[in-house]
Amino acid sequence: MFGLKSASLFGDTKKLEREIDEFVDIVSEVGLVFKSIVPTYLNHSANGKFEEMVEKVKEMESKADKITKDVEHTLYEETLIPDARSDVLRLLEHIDELIGMYQGNCYHFSIQKPNFPKEFHEDLIELTETVVNCVESLCLTVRSFFRDIKSVRDNAHKVTFYEKESDIKFSALARRIFDSELALDQKMHLRYFVEKIDRICDQAEDIADEIQIYAIKRSV
Amino acid sequence: MEITILIFLFGGLFLGWSLGANDAANVFGTAVGTRMVSFTSAAIICSVFVILGAIISGAGTTETLGKLGAINALPGAFAACVAAGISVYLMTKVGLPVSTTQAIVGAIVGWNLYTGSSTNLQVLITILGTWILCPIIAGVIAMGLFTFTKRVILNRKLHILRLDAYTRTALLLAGAFGAYSLGANNIANVMGVFVPISPFTDVTIGNLFVFSSKEQLFLLGGLAIAVGVFTYSKRVMFTVGNDLLKMTPVAAFIVVISHSIVLFLFASQGISAFLQSINLPSIPLVPVSSSQAVVGGVIGIGLLKGGKEVQWSIAGRISLGWMTLPVIAALISLIVLFILENIFNLTVSF
Repeated sequence: MFGLKSASLFGDTKKLEREIDEFVDIVSEVGLVFKSIVPTYLNHSANGKFEEMVEKVKEMESKADKITKDVEHTLYEETLIPDARSDVLRLLEHIDELIGMYQGNCYHFSIQKPNFPKEFHEDLIELTETVVNCVESLCLTVRSFFRDIKSVRDNAHKVTFYEKESDIKFSALARRIFDSELALDQKMHLRYFVEKIDRICDQAEDIADEIQIYAIKRSV
Repeated sequence: MEITILIFLFGGLFLGWSLGANDAANVFGTAVGTRMVSFTSAAIICSVFVILGAIISGAGTTETLGKLGAINALPGAFAACVAAGISVYLMTKVGLPVSTTQAIVGAIVGWNLYTGSSTNLQVLITILGTWILCPIIAGVIAMGLFTFTKRVILNRKLHILRLDAYTRTALLLAGAFGAYSLGANNIANVMGVFVPISPFTDVTIGNLFVFSSKEQLFLLGGLAIAVGVFTYSKRVMFTVGNDLLKMTPVAAFIVVISHSIVLFLFASQGISAFLQSINLPSIPLVPVSSSQAVVGGVIGIGLLKGGKEVQWSIAGRISLGWMTLPVIAALISLIVLFILENIFNLTVSF
């Protein structure tokens, strides 16, 4: 009886480990796609490719949702990690929201089609890259929370660093938009997009802070 | 077997039941309380291994308890067990984690005082000495194991889920070892006083195996402990797991394994003989308190973390309970013996 139970315990454990790894891979991949989506959008000639990429992000988001539900089910059904279960589920939900933010940005670009003049392209691409770097560092923080608790602090520090960088880039770009000769409605429209991209970093930083607390709780 | 003998044995079985209800929580409390192990798994493993420990390794501590005071009449043994059971119940009511060990020693000394038998002071001092040593040794073992385990976990970079699976398995194994050690070390408390006056006779099974009267007594005591585990320990386990010890599952495992090692050390005739054979001081085979071992382990880990998490006022209260319990048990023993002899006209000693 106990032998079977323990075999299934280790089987479930391996399956869950794989699923959580896959989930973090998706976050990372969505970021990489998003990094290409913005320049693709700005380059109006590749609109077909842009829509293809938006579709890809949607698919990845659905896959991440499914994994979150699976993990939640198994953790509760098998009463695994009772001491850290609620922390892990909250963490996965918040990361899932982050993927949702990427997806939301893609949809907004696709539906509202903001008109970014050429002079802002470079700054917008740089902001996007910083945001993606920030989320990449968050992925490392998440992986270290699960496997290497000692590295959580170092990786979380990188998230904070990129979040500050992103704030600086956002402020500079927003200032340049409002200093330009564009009409106020267009300025506000562009500012909305820049702000939404920057918010991804704020969410990433909040999650990194959360992980640091969970790591303290998890310390042996 | 006469019905009166069964009634008298019932005193020991009652003590066994209370041992199962209370002390099993020391072995599996944190594992069950933190829901790392289900109560049913814990109860089955605990019962099986307590009985095995009692039958296979229970003789050593029983011998020591016998030297403290050889109760030579069944009503006397009954009185000692009832006195120990009542005093444990009273202390549990006050909310102090005590053990049957301290109670039965107090009760035996009470019988000695009542009947005018001499108390073997050397044995008494040895027993009292081990009660001081037991939590200290458990604390030191816990500190060493905790430091080692923490280092291994950090260096191996185990996934949180893999660590969880290993910890569950470790808690089950440590619990089994703990239950075995509890049976081996504490069966003397439950059945020790009945050994010199055992109503059973040796049974030979197929000319191969002799099931001695002592082993039959220990099996009976082990079963009483198992009944205590199944009927009453669940609540105590959840109390220990949720209220008394707020620890991570890994720390819980360290406490259980330290407790088990200490109980095993003080019950193992093999280790004692080995130490003697290499001219080292042997470990006295004494029934020690599983509560003391657990509290020692917890304080050890608390000290490693800087000592701030240790609630010293509660630790002080618990120690005070350990000192008063044997005295209370001795007094109740005197009262019960008086009642049995003068009201029921029973012979409490020869």
